[in-house]
Amino acid sequence: MSIARFWRETPRRYNLGGSKCTICGTVYFPPRAVCPTCPHHRETLEKMVPFQLVGDGEVVSYTVVHDAAEGFEMQVPYVMALVKTVEGPVLTGQIVDVEIPEVVIGLKVRATLRKLREEGKAGVIHYGYKFTPALDSDVRPPARGPAVPAESGALPASDRAPA
Amino acid sequence: MREVAVLGVGQTKFGELWDRSFREIGIEAGLQALVDAKLSSADLGGLFLGNMASGTLLDQEHIAPLILDYAGLAGRHLPAVRVEGGGASGSLALHQGFLAVASGLYDYVVVGGAEKMTDVPDTTANEIISSTADHEWEVVFGATLPALWGLIARRHMHDFGTTRAQLAQVAVHMHEMASRNPLAHYRNKLTLEQVIGAGGVAEPLGVLDCAPISDGAAAVVLGPLDVAEKHTDIPIRIAASEVACDSMAVQHRASVTTLESTVVAARRAFERARRAPADVRVAEVHDAYTISALLALEDLGFVEKGRAGPEFESGRFGPKGAMVVNPSGGLKAQGRPFGAVGVAQVVELVRQLRGQAKDRQVSGATLALAHDVGGTGATSAVHLLERVN
Repeated sequence: MSIARFWRETPRRYNLGGSKCTICGTVYFPPRAVCPTCPHHRETLEKMVPFQLVGDGEVVSYTVVHDAAEGFEMQVPYVMALVKTVEGPVLTGQIVDVEIPEVVIGLKVRATLRKLREEGKAGVIHYGYKFTPALDSDVRPPARGPAVPAESGALPASDRAPA
Repeated sequence: MREVAVLGVGQTKFGELWDRSFREIGIEAGLQALVDAKLSSADLGGLFLGNMASGTLLDQEHIAPLILDYAGLAGRHLPAVRVEGGGASGSLALHQGFLAVASGLYDYVVVGGAEKMTDVPDTTANEIISSTADHEWEVVFGATLPALWGLIARRHMHDFGTTRAQLAQVAVHMHEMASRNPLAHYRNKLTLEQVIGAGGVAEPLGVLDCAPISDGAAAVVLGPLDVAEKHTDIPIRIAASEVACDSMAVQHRASVTTLESTVVAARRAFERARRAPADVRVAEVHDAYTISALLALEDLGFVEKGRAGPEFESGRFGPKGAMVVNPSGGLKAQGRPFGAVGVAQVVELVRQLRGQAKDRQVSGATLALAHDVGGTGATSAVHLLERVN
């Protein structure tokens, strides 16, 4: 993978930068240019704003990987999971700093910045989020981000994108 | 829109075909189908070729004219188009061929599917297979295609009580079916204990829950139904050809345990054909991983959501069942040459509907269903095939 291809995603992979639809309030990760939820989705063009997740969530499902993805060979066996964040988006990432049998559906986890993989001895090192177990009492409230207009879904005519 | 029929079929052996090149297997399947359809190449309108990854597997893009050339047809200057949709590439090519004939623009087309996967090391093939998932938001973080299906399997077990043995039963069934298929990659039978005891890939899935890496090619000739009797004693009508797509990544789906693309493609297909799942006597469904087949049976409407494990275990979809699943052995045992799979499913079903499936013949089949999936379900295709007389 070229350096640029990984580098351009660093705001997302390092800081959980997603986006929020200012019409319906739905949060997305990774960021979306248009809102898949809004019925008139074309009108959401340019209505999506940056939104940072806090990084807390819970395990929706998990698998113990023995046949590794490229660059992850030294980490087997490792746990991959779907994590539903407190803001709503589901992320795919590893669960680390845990004994494998302790991973269950519903486990509370928190995102942490880790080395993902390296491209050989002289190649690029990729960093990004993984997840570690968190106590229930540690889970932070969802990030709120920008306010959403009360009349969700209905825009004044002047704000509508040209047809 | 005019009615479209399958007039001829052809298929190579599936497996690790070390001594055979991509060109050889591609033209073998296509020429078999032309002969079977008694079609003069002078009548041919074009070629649609399903292929997932010739660029990374063979360092060769632009393969549709290449196959046409080696089939001896370069001088006819026909249009030849490659179609790609991950593991559903073959079905998407079939859909394009169907559209071409149905529209009236072409009278006869060859739809081929071909993949040569064993010319690269297994590790490279696995990376290419995983590239049918979302590279930036799944694979970069350590997921592989089987790992994503492992996530689906674990959640299915959690929500519906599906057991490890029920998953393993799918693999046992596929190998049993393939033992009667001379074209299959694997013809050995398996026991539940072997499947459950095999090494882990992405738990709960083990090595024997996963379809192999195979070479192979398949082809069909399509033409207008109203002239089909010139070409075959038993025309097979394409009663529906439907494709539906969904989010690329599992993480963005409304449900982890449902492939909405399959649900929608099946619903459209049954509506189009004015038929119901209960009318289907034989089906070839996507079983790249054992869990994939269970999801398919639910999402196609053959069983309620969550019930596929016990229903499969009961033998309902076995050789003596009311509907027989994957008489070819499926992707799991007939083999998984990606771009060829969707076309091979139709080849098998045409042979079943014609009564030409020999040892694995399903009795009394008049309506058959083919179901093909790309990646973890970003693309699904459903074809309904019907025996006309």
